[in-house]
Amino acid sequence: MSESLLRIEHLIKHFPVKAQVLFGSRQYVRAVDDVSLEVRRGETLGLVGETGCGKSTLARCIIRLENPTSGRVIFDGHDITRAPDTELRPFRQRMQMVFQDPYSSLNPRRRVGSIIGDPFEIHGIASGTEQKRRVQQLMDLVGLNPEHYNRFPAQFSGGQRQRIGIARAIALRPDLLVCDEPVSALDVSIRAQILNLLADLQKELGLTILFISHDLSVVRHVSNRIAVMYLGKVVEIASAQELFESARHPYTRALLSAIPIADPDLDSVREQIILSGDPPSPIEPPAGCRFHPRCPRAEALCAVEEPALITRLADAMDHLAACHFPVKDREPLVPAGKLS
Amino acid sequence: MTESIRARGPWQLAFERLRGDRWAIVAAAGIAFIIVVALFAPWIAAAVDHSPEAQFRETGLSPSGIPVGPGREFLFGTDGLGRDVLVRIAYGARVSLVVGMVASGLAVAVGALVGIVAAWFGGPVDTILSRLMDVVLSLPFLVFALALVAVVGPSLTISIVVIAFFSWASVGRVVRAQALSIREQEYVRAARSLGAGSLRIMFVEILPNVAATLIVYATLLIPSAIAFEATMSFLGLGVVPPTPSWGNMLADSIAFYKVAWWFVVFPGAALLGTTLAFNVLGDSVRDAFDPRYEQTIVLDSETPGDKP
Repeated sequence: MSESLLRIEHLIKHFPVKAQVLFGSRQYVRAVDDVSLEVRRGETLGLVGETGCGKSTLARCIIRLENPTSGRVIFDGHDITRAPDTELRPFRQRMQMVFQDPYSSLNPRRRVGSIIGDPFEIHGIASGTEQKRRVQQLMDLVGLNPEHYNRFPAQFSGGQRQRIGIARAIALRPDLLVCDEPVSALDVSIRAQILNLLADLQKELGLTILFISHDLSVVRHVSNRIAVMYLGKVVEIASAQELFESARHPYTRALLSAIPIADPDLDSVREQIILSGDPPSPIEPPAGCRFHPRCPRAEALCAVEEPALITRLADAMDHLAACHFPVKDREPLVPAGKLS
Repeated sequence: MTESIRARGPWQLAFERLRGDRWAIVAAAGIAFIIVVALFAPWIAAAVDHSPEAQFRETGLSPSGIPVGPGREFLFGTDGLGRDVLVRIAYGARVSLVVGMVASGLAVAVGALVGIVAAWFGGPVDTILSRLMDVVLSLPFLVFALALVAVVGPSLTISIVVIAFFSWASVGRVVRAQALSIREQEYVRAARSLGAGSLRIMFVEILPNVAATLIVYATLLIPSAIAFEATMSFLGLGVVPPTPSWGNMLADSIAFYKVAWWFVVFPGAALLGTTLAFNVLGDSVRDAFDPRYEQTIVLDSETPGDKP
């Protein structure tokens, strides 16, 4: 369980911005700014954060759809950060991605059977009737009627399309499945079915899953551990249970308080934290702690010194948070004397 | 329904829409007729016993050397040298159709390749290919054709090459623009994450999505290629006499238009009818592929076996 399948070390991805002034230094969007993570074999690591915090960029760097600016991606002991395409091929079989949009992730002009058959074809594993047999097996596995092999993506619903995307991703029995917001484009009524499907497949195939979402309540159900990202950085990481019970970072607390609770009595008494303002621009992130302009607990130190991602208070060794003034258990987020 | 359900694809849907378009049927019938005439040109020549290049100075010209009009011997009359206009139009159809189809096919193939390559590789490749297309589009067609023919001499092959050379760039531009938006789609990312190479992405993922455009362009380029060929032959840059082509027939007829209307009208009508038919069909094909009409016909309302 504790053996690591994927290690990300100090990963940085900057995108150049088109210069608006003729002269002046080139600007960069710091999409992912020094992220280190470890995904252990067999676990599901949830990665949450607001839209634009760099989750998807991180995912694309991991499966090398983007080349990281610096840092290292180590998959099963192999550094694949700079591997050329030919060296990458065997790893492509072992790490796959499920995409966010089930509409644009399937080629509308190709039949479903040939889309799911792609992995077999690209890696020369099966062709002809053998390929068809295996594709139909996969369709059955993900809950699609194998007879619909010859249909086009447009003839399926959003949930069914996401099943197609999942079938394609697990075709080669990968070790790592990167799910980039796999349910956020789906109806709420369909989400649970897709999440259950992923959980079943994980059990059956022994998958390791990196599950990316902006929705903590979704991540909670599927994850063993959860990492929280803010503006290109990981601000807190802990086991799912610990994160929900004793979050240390104010931002995590704010996210947790935003999860709707179905019971109105409970909902009215709990702590409600509404963050003011928008996330700052990732082009010029704030100095010090990136969260300080929106943080209700911020003090002078926060604007100057960036907090390290370390174990805070008396937490477990693998509970890390990046905050100078971590929130204690059952302590209100805003100290009584600091209310303005 | 229980075996394997084969859904109707976008192509079949487009074809079905085309079949319901009355003008498309008329145009297609007209084109089919011209193709039959071209294929059976030697039979037509044999039936009336006039070869396309034979000059009938006794029967085909009046004593004063004027072409004879339509009649029992010459259905469409004769030209200035006493040759049978009907037979020559039939043989001219071969030239027009070959030039039209081959040139348009070449232009679409080159345009598709250049457009997709430019869009997929981007960067300097895109810059070079895009500027190349700009250059080709800004070259004056006739001046270039005149210069080229002056150097290598007129022939059917040269006509085809010149016409294709001047047509591919407009296809290339449109394909490049479409491919640029397709390459940002997630299914292209998915293909890359599976390990697909550039060739596979260009031909398996991108090409099927621009195919409708290519079909439309191919159909619409045929009439313009036919008109180009007629223009070149008219100016003596295309098919070399005595081989008949509609363009050089029209050129020959200029001297006789006051006394021999049939010599102008029949080749002119053949040219007009053919280009018109291809244009009408091209428009209908474009309508049939128009995404605004794009809808999928569900075979049965229930889709058993699929979980939502």
